[in-house]
Amino acid sequence: MSWTEDQPMVSVRDVHKSFGELEVLKGVSLDVMKGEVICIIGPSGSGKSTLIRCINALNDIQQGSILVEGIEVHDKHLDKLELRKKVGMVFQQYNLFPHKTALENVMMAPIRVLKENKDDVEKSARALIKKVRLEGKENSYPGELSGGQQQRVAIARSLAMKPDVILFDEVTAALDPETVNEVLVTIKDLAEEGMTCILVTHEMGFAREVADHIYFTDRGVIVEHGKPATFFDEAKDPRTKEFLSQIL
Amino acid sequence: MTTRNYKTDLPVMMPVDGKPKNRPRFRLKLWHGAVLLGICLLSPTLSFAQSDAGQASVLEVLLRWMPLLLKGFIFNLVISVFAMAIGTGVGAMLGLGQISLHGWVRKLAWAITQFFRNSPWLVLLFFAMFLLPFQLRIGGVTIPLPDWLKAIIGLSLPVMANVSEIVRGAVTSLPSGQWEAAESLAYSRRQTLWLVILPQCVKRMLPPWMNLYSILTMATVLASIVGVSEVMTLTGQALAAEGGRTDLLAPFYSFVLIIFFIYCYPIARWTVYLEKKFAVKG
Amino acid sequence: MEAFFEWFKVLYDETGINLPFIYDSYDRGRMLDGLWMTIKLSVVCLFFSVVIGVIGAWLQGSAYTWTRRFVNGYIQLFRNTPPLVQLYFFYFAIGSLLPRVATEFGGEAPLLGNFAWAVISLSFFAGAFNVEIFRSGIEAVPESTVEAAEALGFSRLQIYKDITLPLAFRVILPALNNNLVNLVKTTTLAYAIAVPEMLYEANQIWSDNVNVTEMMIFLLIAYFVLVGVLVWGMNRWERAMKIPGYGA
Repeated sequence: MSWTEDQPMVSVRDVHKSFGELEVLKGVSLDVMKGEVICIIGPSGSGKSTLIRCINALNDIQQGSILVEGIEVHDKHLDKLELRKKVGMVFQQYNLFPHKTALENVMMAPIRVLKENKDDVEKSARALIKKVRLEGKENSYPGELSGGQQQRVAIARSLAMKPDVILFDEVTAALDPETVNEVLVTIKDLAEEGMTCILVTHEMGFAREVADHIYFTDRGVIVEHGKPATFFDEAKDPRTKEFLSQIL
Repeated sequence: MTTRNYKTDLPVMMPVDGKPKNRPRFRLKLWHGAVLLGICLLSPTLSFAQSDAGQASVLEVLLRWMPLLLKGFIFNLVISVFAMAIGTGVGAMLGLGQISLHGWVRKLAWAITQFFRNSPWLVLLFFAMFLLPFQLRIGGVTIPLPDWLKAIIGLSLPVMANVSEIVRGAVTSLPSGQWEAAESLAYSRRQTLWLVILPQCVKRMLPPWMNLYSILTMATVLASIVGVSEVMTLTGQALAAEGGRTDLLAPFYSFVLIIFFIYCYPIARWTVYLEKKFAVKG
Repeated sequence: MEAFFEWFKVLYDETGINLPFIYDSYDRGRMLDGLWMTIKLSVVCLFFSVVIGVIGAWLQGSAYTWTRRFVNGYIQLFRNTPPLVQLYFFYFAIGSLLPRVATEFGGEAPLLGNFAWAVISLSFFAGAFNVEIFRSGIEAVPESTVEAAEALGFSRLQIYKDITLPLAFRVILPALNNNLVNLVKTTTLAYAIAVPEMLYEANQIWSDNVNVTEMMIFLLIAYFVLVGVLVWGMNRWERAMKIPGYGA
């Protein structure tokens, strides 16, 4: 439990994960330092989403180890609440609570889970809504917001838990093209403030601009990784080259 | 979810909302029959212990009365078939009345439907029992109206109202494009209804209609309250004839429950099956 | 008020339309008792049938095959047999097996009276339908919404209470309304075991006054109004619970 800031905030070691017969992760390792932004890219079905869901203990793993600030996620006696206070998550389908307003969505977890004072929570929730540029939408229900707006509420909702690291699971994949940018700008703001972010994304331009490190996964393994500039311009592995040529 | 558009107040046909069910649903398997048979045999034998020497065993008594009770049950089925026939005929007309182009026909049909749909079945049965004359004189012919006939009429009233709603619901649930397409082909309204709309509705109407029949069958025992000698009445008489032995109560009532279950459960299964089948094809 | 009552007496003398439950204080009392009993029976059964529905739906999600089979057996048995026979079975068959208790007058009385048996029988009958209704509602809540709450650190109970049930409830309200209306109509069966509800009291009055026609029409109108009030109330509730932009 003696984690210090010079050690990786998230440390994934030789993780194996299968769904029944199907092995999705076949020995994946990566490190994320505090304040780092990493992007995981790769063809669909390569295990990217599964990997970050494992970091949040939404999926369990069969083998290996995942440490978040020194806490072993792959542990039967894991205090999930403790983990989830540290790790925020934003989903592809936003997954807002449809029966709560934007503001209530942001306020709910701090009140119910962290048992914080309602007035304080409301104050910071309003600040968060403002931060994701949704002032005036506090009392709208998710059904009344566009995809991009909902996704920004979802980001605010996960920020309300004051996490140390946020996982973004293809957060722009379900959006209309014209709203993708507003979400990316919000994430970029976070990254510039020094939030540790792990993103699974298909937005190569964004990855190149924002990421400190890029990981390319295919068929359950990390094929290649590096700084954005080297990764995109000097990819070595043929699989990476093929993927990049298709997508760029 | 298109199949869920019909609206009726019958609980059995309520939206167990057409969401795909991941879990396999309850199916009638061999062991169900075994369990039923077990209950059937066990309950008399259990109470056998209580019965005094000199009295016939519960099983014996039940077996002795069984043919009569089954005859009574067949009478229930006869009532159900006739009430269903009348209710369906009149109800279909009422349902078409509800989609009539004439405002007053529509309103009248709607009012009648709502009135009979929101009334308890038992009250409607009383209604028919007490307010219908014991015989009808049409011209010089006198038609007697025995109790069982009145019961059929009384039970057909709620059936009528529910069929009316099933018809209306099925017709209005069809996309309006069907009406427009037929109109553009110069069909008259009557032709559109009979050649285009209703044939498509039959599929949608069948599951709720079968459900209604199942509910009606179970409602036929209400006729015992107004003195028609169907299975429940006969059960009461049989129990009285045996001198009110309390150890006979559970087996006899179980027997009635079981014969209804054996008749109604397959109908319910079949209804669910049809609902699923039609839902897939949309 | 007296003048109003008197007017109906005049109506009887003049036209022969006999409504003793308005002008005669004794019959009025009986009718009001009957109405009150019907309302009481309905409300108590509504309550218990909903409780059975919630518990049954929860049991149906059980990991034990036999628990699920038991619940399914209960549902099928009560849905596919006549409620009147169920009532007789409870009242006569099971009632006769229960011990009798001494009353304060020195006599003996059944452990449970006819009202109690009507409540038990009708609640189990309506409950069988409610189980399936609640189950369908719970199944309608997307797994991903539950997952989002999980990622925010909500406990299982909190998720059930704050997310699943409120959402499921909105989905099932129309179906639940239908079933509850049906339950109110089914309370007339209690007549068969001499629970003095509205139909029973009306029967008493028409036996004394030989005014079946008037009583019959009054009964039909009374149930129509009673059901109408329930439907109206539930519809208002449904509208109040509606979330903007959610559902149809």
